[in-house]
Amino acid sequence: MPNRRSFLRTMAGGIALASTGLVGRVRAVLPQGTLESAVLDSLPGKQPLIKRSFRPPNFESPVEVFSDVITPNDRFFVRWHLSNIPRLDAGSWRLAVGGDGAERGYELTLEALKRDFEPVELVAVCQCAGNRRGFSDPHVAGVEWGYGAMGNARWKGVRLKDILARAELKKEAVEIAFNGSDRGPLDATPAFAKSIPAWKALEENTMVAYEMNGAPLPHWNGFPARIVVPGWTATYWMKQVTSIRALSQPLTSFWMNTAYRIPKGKFPLIERFTSQESDSSTPITEILVNSLITNLADGARFPSGQPMAVKGIAWDGGYGIGDVEVSTDDGRSWQSAVLGENYGRYSFRTWEFKFSPPVAGRMSVMARASSVRGTSQPSELIFNASGYHNNVVQKIAIDIA
Amino acid sequence: MLIGAGIAISTHGGEAPVKLAPGEHAALVQSRCSICHSLDYIVMNSPFLSRTAWEGEVRKMMKIMGAPVSDSEVAPIVDYLTQNYGIK
Repeated sequence: MPNRRSFLRTMAGGIALASTGLVGRVRAVLPQGTLESAVLDSLPGKQPLIKRSFRPPNFESPVEVFSDVITPNDRFFVRWHLSNIPRLDAGSWRLAVGGDGAERGYELTLEALKRDFEPVELVAVCQCAGNRRGFSDPHVAGVEWGYGAMGNARWKGVRLKDILARAELKKEAVEIAFNGSDRGPLDATPAFAKSIPAWKALEENTMVAYEMNGAPLPHWNGFPARIVVPGWTATYWMKQVTSIRALSQPLTSFWMNTAYRIPKGKFPLIERFTSQESDSSTPITEILVNSLITNLADGARFPSGQPMAVKGIAWDGGYGIGDVEVSTDDGRSWQSAVLGENYGRYSFRTWEFKFSPPVAGRMSVMARASSVRGTSQPSELIFNASGYHNNVVQKIAIDIA
Repeated sequence: MLIGAGIAISTHGGEAPVKLAPGEHAALVQSRCSICHSLDYIVMNSPFLSRTAWEGEVRKMMKIMGAPVSDSEVAPIVDYLTQNYGIK
């Protein structure tokens, strides 16, 4: 049997060598240890995904999965913070609704959740706040994600605001907090509890989802129900949700007060989370505009004189994609790609750009998406110590022979 | 052509034992860190953390996550992580 470690080391060495011929930014490379510890592995019910950690399970989708605008359930990424993830039974699952910011608490079964509220459907990107952390330069600690800690699905569920209406929110309610069934291995490990501003919870599109792409949620993606906050990073999309509490005071939790925070003023964001802001930092909120080239791999070879197509996806925090531009000359000139079908402003948007490589040799392909509100991807990484919001323009080297 | 190509394929469908580099205090690191998480977290986060950064990770696990690591075990654990999985 070939030695996997030495093989991957050789491969990574090849990547490092290949990047030395490029003009401009050095290409994104995962840490050596990340490459060595990655394997393609199938969790029960899932197709092979790239394993970043076994326990808790953190698995990302290989880039080729994103050639489809909708990410299939069995290829959707998996991200957990705590390792005890119970198998939940649809019949005995209960959702507790209440909190000191609500007049009355109550409990829902899955059947009641589906029966008592109007069902709604929405296509939305679920993207981990730390997607692409592994490409941070310099590297930072955490799950060293590549491109695939995200997915796009058609979510079906009920509006969170309808659930909250039955609990009769008090005017003092500032945040809505969520907890799930996952637990740490020790009693001392803090629960993974999260909150969102009350105004965000009351938005039309924020929901409690029980279906994903026409099927029950997979266990690994939060069966039987999870929070869906379209446009916001996945840290708020509580899986296996068991409690929804309206709070009159900001939630105190490691996962709010210390983790998932970004420096204030560094990113072009509109939606703020003021009740959790400090002088210097704020909880991460909206997904930044971003794009991914899905049909080209670094170092791929193509014949000269043949028409080529660059394909990919683009998305943002729900403003909608206005334009995707492609450069094939190291960023000197940019031309607009053709956008594909629109599945709504929270969805991936496919795009395609056709061109004929002018000469033989090495060339780079870059893509840059802009939202309808005019923000686009930066040409330099906006570094932050936790590796969030990596939306720097991607650069892929190909060889024309 | 596939971007995932070249990654080894595992067939166990569950947690595989992650072998840490042999070295002084490897057993201590294995016994403490694997209580809460698989050891691939260590390999994945290498080799780019300084000694100070590794110590920060260990203390975070103790103070925030409640890892049962005694103060006297911090130095040997950090020594091992820095030497085997630290910045070169």
